[in-house]
Amino acid sequence: MKEPGTDPLQGGRAPSPIDPDTRYVDGVAYDPDADTDIGGARPDLDMPTGKLIRRRFLRHRLAVVSALFLAFLYLCIPFVEVIAPYGANQRDAEHLFAPPQAVHLFHDGSLVAPYVYPTVATADLEKFQWTYEEDRSQRQNLRFFCLGDPYQFWGLIDGRFHIVCPPEGGTLFLLGADKLGRDIFSRLVYGMRVSLTVGLIGIAISLLIGITLGGAAGYFGGWVDATVQRMIEVIRSLPELPIWLALSAAVPPQWSPVSVFLMISIILGLLDWPGLARAVRSKLLSLREEEFVRAAELIGASPQRIIRTHLIPNFMSHIVVSASLSIPAMILGETALSFLGLGLRPPAVSWGVMLNDAQDLTIIEFYPWVASAMIPVILVVLAFNFLGDGLRDAMDPYS
Amino acid sequence: MIRYLASRVVTMGFTLALVSALVFFIINLPPGDFLSNQIAELQAQGESASVAKAEFLRAQYSLDAPLWKQYLIWLGAVPGPDGYSGLLQGDWGWSFEFDQPVSDVLGETLWLTVLVNLAAMLFIYAVSLPLGTLAAVRAGGVTDYVVAFVGYIGLATPNFLLALILLYYGERYLDLPIGGLMDERFEGEPFSFDKFKSILVHLIVPTIVIGTAGTAAMIRRLRANLLDELGKPYVTTAKAKGVPPVKRVMKYPLRAALNPFVADIGNLLPSLVSGSVLVSVVLSLPTLGPALLAALRSQDHYLAGFILLFVSALTLAGMLVSDILLAILDPRIRFGGRGR
Repeated sequence: MKEPGTDPLQGGRAPSPIDPDTRYVDGVAYDPDADTDIGGARPDLDMPTGKLIRRRFLRHRLAVVSALFLAFLYLCIPFVEVIAPYGANQRDAEHLFAPPQAVHLFHDGSLVAPYVYPTVATADLEKFQWTYEEDRSQRQNLRFFCLGDPYQFWGLIDGRFHIVCPPEGGTLFLLGADKLGRDIFSRLVYGMRVSLTVGLIGIAISLLIGITLGGAAGYFGGWVDATVQRMIEVIRSLPELPIWLALSAAVPPQWSPVSVFLMISIILGLLDWPGLARAVRSKLLSLREEEFVRAAELIGASPQRIIRTHLIPNFMSHIVVSASLSIPAMILGETALSFLGLGLRPPAVSWGVMLNDAQDLTIIEFYPWVASAMIPVILVVLAFNFLGDGLRDAMDPYS
Repeated sequence: MIRYLASRVVTMGFTLALVSALVFFIINLPPGDFLSNQIAELQAQGESASVAKAEFLRAQYSLDAPLWKQYLIWLGAVPGPDGYSGLLQGDWGWSFEFDQPVSDVLGETLWLTVLVNLAAMLFIYAVSLPLGTLAAVRAGGVTDYVVAFVGYIGLATPNFLLALILLYYGERYLDLPIGGLMDERFEGEPFSFDKFKSILVHLIVPTIVIGTAGTAAMIRRLRANLLDELGKPYVTTAKAKGVPPVKRVMKYPLRAALNPFVADIGNLLPSLVSGSVLVSVVLSLPTLGPALLAALRSQDHYLAGFILLFVSALTLAGMLVSDILLAILDPRIRFGGRGR
């Protein structure tokens, strides 16, 4: 069939009408990608998955803004002592329930250094309430990069450096003061440390239990699977908050704030894992049957390699998404527990502890700024939700 | 159908048994118990008569027995000092703080709790069905964005804050009553039409507050399901045939999309019930929420245990209802097919 001397790769020839046995051989070199090349219609599909995910995520504006916002907050967490102008529990008996102070930039129409007007408290004996008036006659300039109230950085190093300090002899209550004259803004900043990390620790616990149990159920099947399934069913049918309440009521009151905090995060994580375990299990079950896994097995890849390079990337995206959607639930959970007085207890500061002060209607009516912790709570929860939605869309770039 | 139902009921009973064990374990977690605290206090005061009574109660409730035995006695599976007397026999235990049987302490609150949750459930479905449908049909329009915005706010605002805010503005502008579930003059009164009306007016704020988060989730779910369904070729065919728009949505796509909507009760109920616990503390509703909180604080552990168990049983019953509804709605489930 093959004529001696002609290499089929060097240039084929058309089948000769005379010789029916001649097989046509295309002279063009074999291109293994030819099948998957769809004529440049979607050349972007050939990009590495990571790049596709990033590109698709960046298209989701709201998610990007949320991610930046959250990144900013989490970056602030280590430095709260420096950022907050006051200490978390520092009281100013002269300024109980002081309203928020405005920072002024313009004086008589010209731009000057940021300043505040001092406030003077007078007792309103008819309503039994403090009223505050701005003393417009004098300006007090804010101090920046200054030495102010002493603190212990991370509870270890003594320091006095702040980014912003109240003016000499004056006050700086950006968001007002609470019933003990503590600066709400500083407390918000301090509370951020607890409120934002509670979700992270909780999700770590939840991931640990969820992946272990879900993985075991999906991998071993049989009675392990049945047991885990039953556990999931039981835990999912429990109403979360009452159980959280019961569990945190069991935390001994004499524990230190740090251990209470750790315990609360663990409690929050303990009820969250079933959804995750279920997802991991079903993903593992379906992935195990996929052709690429079988192909890898047939080529002779070790189970370790299959799990690492073929299975984990496939359900990692799912885990990242469900984690980013679980964290806000835990933040809300901590807030609710502390609000009811069964979570963190003063002197620990968290957004929930702050909201505990805003429990009754008189506060909402007369001193609404005491409840200002609700704004960061709402913003953070929203941001996590948007981030989760954006990630979910982005993680599946081929859809 | 009957076989399916029977299997569901048996599973539920099994789950409930596990839940009761878990609950009993949880309420016994705090070190010490109400009686030993009380005995210590009374001994400090030197009151021997009360100490004797407390000691008697300790023996009565076999608080000295090992935990597993206490649990079985509580359940009524094993005879206690007075023979069989536990949950299975209808004895809900003794509230040490109120010095009364748990059933007397809770009384009406149980039914009010069921009522509040039922109202919130109805609210969720009544609101999310039309809004979700509208959002899907007008996807990308103004309605869609408004609904999504309201939904996100509902998702992100902690229940109790919403309760405080609505309570304040409801009282101020709409003259809605503050706190409680009925006018004070009706408390303890026999049931009458006026009492019913009073309860209805008081239910408005709690229902909205408890229902908001669930409504937001439901709207999103229904919208996604309906959007999937609306993109299918048979809808295009219907459009090409000239089926009027309302009928085109209502007749098949909406019915197909309703399925997961009903199935979601299972996810919705636990969060609904736990939300209502929190909200009723803020609004001081005479439901199980405040009672649970007080019982947990004073370590009144049979009271707390019963409330936890009742609340869990409530969610389980709700799930059973959703299963039954689904079975009626979807023949694939009814006949045990591989539909799910």
